[in-house]
Amino acid sequence: MDILTIFVSAIFVNNILLSQFLGNCPYLGCSREKGVAVGMGAAVIFVTVVATLFTWLMQHYVLDPLKLGYLQTIVFIVVIAALVQFVEMFLKKMVPPLYRSLGIYLPLITTNCAVMGVALLMQRKGYDLVTSLLYAAGYSSGFLLALLLMAGIRERLDTCRLPKTMAGTPIALVMAGLMSLAFMAFKGMAQ
Amino acid sequence: MTLMQEFTKGLWKEMPPFRLVLGLCPTLAVTTSAENGIGMGVAVVFVLTLSNILVSMMRHIIPKAVRIACFIVIAASLVVSLELLMQAYVYSLYEKLGIFVPLIVVNCIILGRAEAFAAKNGVAASIADGLGIGLGFTMALTFLGSLREILGNGTWFGMNLFGDAFEPFQIMVKAPGAFICLGLILAGMNCINRWQAHRTGTEPVSIGCQACGASCKSCQLQMAMPEDAKKGV
Repeated sequence: MDILTIFVSAIFVNNILLSQFLGNCPYLGCSREKGVAVGMGAAVIFVTVVATLFTWLMQHYVLDPLKLGYLQTIVFIVVIAALVQFVEMFLKKMVPPLYRSLGIYLPLITTNCAVMGVALLMQRKGYDLVTSLLYAAGYSSGFLLALLLMAGIRERLDTCRLPKTMAGTPIALVMAGLMSLAFMAFKGMAQ
Repeated sequence: MTLMQEFTKGLWKEMPPFRLVLGLCPTLAVTTSAENGIGMGVAVVFVLTLSNILVSMMRHIIPKAVRIACFIVIAASLVVSLELLMQAYVYSLYEKLGIFVPLIVVNCIILGRAEAFAAKNGVAASIADGLGIGLGFTMALTFLGSLREILGNGTWFGMNLFGDAFEPFQIMVKAPGAFICLGLILAGMNCINRWQAHRTGTEPVSIGCQACGASCKSCQLQMAMPEDAKKGV
């Protein structure tokens, strides 16, 4: 499969948020302003790609040879948690400007199911390392796209007069539903 | 609070995900049928109750600085046992729920209750809390699953309800239906809260963070809250 097909499939057709339902908490939490959405999205792209790399290596060079496949869940979450901690320390020490813009989102990412979800999906589908990394980049870019679109809509919503019962989370979910409907139109473009 | 109150608060007052907006991903993803909803709910009851027991027993040993990591490892070990049990006894359900079984590890309900309740209370109270919140979650998922299955497929627990003439709303069992259904249910909850508040002459309880009690540091929803709401938690 060529790179373009992978990206179209991961960003539009199988958007991680709008068709696979992963990462809903940050979606509702960080889609108030565009700046916050971009920060969170960038942090997720970074961590997802690195986490997919490490979990893939872990699965193929440690778990599989030792026949410890059943420990996948616990190993993956520990790898991701340690990785996030390490990335945070590294950025703080070596790249302070980047840390200042991404830093506050990093601790939240450990419990973001999009990161763990992508790592698990790659193992279930049995992709090789390069394909997995491309998919990870694609999926997390799709997450950034959905977050950014939603932030744009919600900035508009703030100035609208809504029924009090719909304000806040309910209208955000209904908007997500309508966006998901729009994304369904991409079906057929790729697998 | 008595044990009974700890148990019953999860069934309505702090029912996830309708009152505490936690654990949305599995709620949206697996509720294509009522049966899947129950299955996911029971899986969460198992992990939540046992994790509450373990966290509560170890609450004096776990150092404060690394507590989140400890809670995650406890939840992960329980999820691994759950996966092995499901593979042995209910394999078809395990296949249907897919990656959402291992993803129970990062479900905010588990971490949230460990931090907000089990780390501060005794074992008996933690069991009551885990069972109550878990049961509330199961009920919510079954309700959402039933709604989507009935509208989207014309069946309930696989039983055909309307006969052949019924044209199902296919969209309800697909992704957009999940978001729209949950959004409308939350709006309904808001409506009930406001009506109750109006009747008793108090401020309406808003859905979300107020009832949670966990530290906002580990929560992805923290940025959704206005600043003054955060101070209260």
